[in-house]
Amino acid sequence: MKLNKLMLGAGVLAVSAAPLMAQDMTIVSWGGAYSASQQNAYHDPYMAANPGVNIINDESSPEAVAKLRAMAEAGNTTWDVVDVEAADAIRLCDEGLAMEIDADSQLANGDDGSTATADFGDMLVSACFIPQIVFSTTFGYRTDMVPAGTDAPTGACDVFDLETYPGKRALNKRPIANMEWALICDGVAYDDVYDMLETDEGQARAFAKLDTIKDETIWWSASAEPVQLLADGEVFMASAYNGRLFSMIAEQGQPVGMAWNWQMFDLDGWIIPANLSDERRQAALDYVYFATDTQRLADQAKFISYGPARASSAPLVGQHATLGIEMGPHMPTDPNNAENTFVNNYSWWADYRDDLDAKFQAWLVK
Amino acid sequence: MSDSSPVIAADGRPLKASLNRALRRQKIRALLLIAPLLLFVLITFIAPIADMLFRSVENDIVSNTLPRTVVALDGWDAASGETPDEVIFAALAADLAEAVSAKRHTQLGTRLNYELSGMSSLFRKTGRGVKKLDMDAPLREQFLEIEEDWADPEIWNTIKANSSKYTAGYFLNAVDLQMGPDGIEARPENQRIYIMLFGRTIFLSVSITLSCFLLGYPIAFLLANLKARTSNILMILVLLPFWTSLLVRTSAWKVLLQQQGVINDTLVWIGLVADDNRLELINNQTGTIIAMTHILLPFMILPLYSVMKTIPITYVRAAKSLGATNWTTFWRVYFPQSVPGIGAGSILVFILAIGYYITPALVGGTSGTFISNRIAYHISSSLNWGLGAALGAILLALVLVLYGLYDKIVGIDNVKLG
Repeated sequence: MKLNKLMLGAGVLAVSAAPLMAQDMTIVSWGGAYSASQQNAYHDPYMAANPGVNIINDESSPEAVAKLRAMAEAGNTTWDVVDVEAADAIRLCDEGLAMEIDADSQLANGDDGSTATADFGDMLVSACFIPQIVFSTTFGYRTDMVPAGTDAPTGACDVFDLETYPGKRALNKRPIANMEWALICDGVAYDDVYDMLETDEGQARAFAKLDTIKDETIWWSASAEPVQLLADGEVFMASAYNGRLFSMIAEQGQPVGMAWNWQMFDLDGWIIPANLSDERRQAALDYVYFATDTQRLADQAKFISYGPARASSAPLVGQHATLGIEMGPHMPTDPNNAENTFVNNYSWWADYRDDLDAKFQAWLVK
Repeated sequence: MSDSSPVIAADGRPLKASLNRALRRQKIRALLLIAPLLLFVLITFIAPIADMLFRSVENDIVSNTLPRTVVALDGWDAASGETPDEVIFAALAADLAEAVSAKRHTQLGTRLNYELSGMSSLFRKTGRGVKKLDMDAPLREQFLEIEEDWADPEIWNTIKANSSKYTAGYFLNAVDLQMGPDGIEARPENQRIYIMLFGRTIFLSVSITLSCFLLGYPIAFLLANLKARTSNILMILVLLPFWTSLLVRTSAWKVLLQQQGVINDTLVWIGLVADDNRLELINNQTGTIIAMTHILLPFMILPLYSVMKTIPITYVRAAKSLGATNWTTFWRVYFPQSVPGIGAGSILVFILAIGYYITPALVGGTSGTFISNRIAYHISSSLNWGLGAALGAILLALVLVLYGLYDKIVGIDNVKLG
């Protein structure tokens, strides 16, 4: 009798506890101001609508490909949704590490009634890639450290000009963007850059150009680092993602200016790892459906100056959520910002990333 | 009782057997007592090291992914400098068709890219073209159309050289060598980095050990000779950083050492350094030496202190009373007795330093990083676990050799922790 009551009690407890047990979903992204914008625009509203889901943030996107490869090797993928650049999405798709998506059936249609395929358009660069934003890697500089009597730097090529702009620089610790800038600032024509980078001579030329500033360069790997280095006055110029620079200039009022010329356009979006259990895959798809609809993509642009990947989101982009300033002029796509822009050839990088990574890392330690 | 008859124990058995039995039981009990630790060490230490050593020679991906090509390449002479014939291309086409449908070709490309840069992009590009191949037409031209690099004998030599189940390639790579068509040769000049990195690791570790000794010896001397009250406070100051998180301490050094940091600001304020010519104390070897000396200092001070504590003060008094100067007393009487502490402290600091990687990664920039940072890069970024394992195995062997040398010169019996 007593035992029965006890068991009954335990059973009631177990049943009542079940709905409270939230399902964890690990979402991997880039950290800092960017993750904060996703938290505001996607995660918080999604968790409010789905109380059963608990989103855990992981900031491993810079090494997402390596970690997903290692997880696949170990047979235990612990991530549910991963934020990666287009080139990495293509690589992961080729390697069978990312799940293929059918945009029209698995993603939301546009607010204006267009299909997902039409709404995303050219942004769907791989069968596994769920586009999110257009961003650019560009330069910020300390306005108070510009040498007296000289004009402020305007873009990437000023990084290589140690005579006019002495002082430390910060660059991303990977070949993407650095190799292209090195060639374009060494006088190579825009259309020839990737053809040259395929050859040993072209690579040697890019490294030789980078050699000229190697001693003055601090290499960053987390995307919050260049912003910190600029804020501390440790460097005069730093390459950084434009949204990070926006948040340090507009939100924190740091004495930093933008040097947009030859900014490097790239796409960023979600992938869902292959080989998830059915339950987790469904949950991930449900999240992605929500987080990439027209309104959500437009919402993110209220927190950080990245352009939404859907055509239908563009008209909804307005003012900053707290500062109330117009976001349009801060978008990398605003034609007034840069005289020249560089469009990252992500499919080229998907093929050549491993080759150049090995060479670049060896060059760094020499 | 004659000599030959065995001594009988109380239970009627021969005493010898009875004793043996008791001893055996004791041994088994002892073994059972240490069994948990033994198992723990086997599972968490010996097995991973063995697995790591195995990974540094394992190499079955080429023969598993391209089985037909590997067989067909048997008849091809790498030294001839000619592109293989149609038969081999046909075998490659069949192998790649299978590999691409299983999405395994990119892994193979990544693996071969460790040996020859350019292989990864070659396999990725070819992988996209394989579906369009016409299996009945001559395949050689079709491959060359997808990517002309297939005409390069070097590519084929790399595939052939890596077709066996086990390879010395990772170890060769770890000492800046490679397997060419005519045997072992040096790697291209721009890829030779590992010998330099090993050298730098040893040089920096020795520098760190030396500076730990120079800074730690006087402190340990004070600790051992001050009054208990004062020396206790001093001891807490030595131990306090020891209890603080490693990352916190390293980040604190970042704040102190950077060009707009506390140290530079102070020097500029005093007027020792010009504002436009601030010292570079971080993101180079100086940064690594300063931060690691601080972090490893307790490992030098503590053994020194416990050895110095046992040196009787009466010896010093005796030397002085016999007319020795302060210096002679210290150098001839005190210092030799503290040598076992120096030995213990130095070996602790050196061996910890040689495998360190968090601190150099944070404050070392590119010139102040260790071989361990490169190992970490191969384990977590490039996923070249074979090369990482080979580098780790060499580092392990290096430490053992240095330890042997140390034993020869200083004598391991001469090392005391207290």
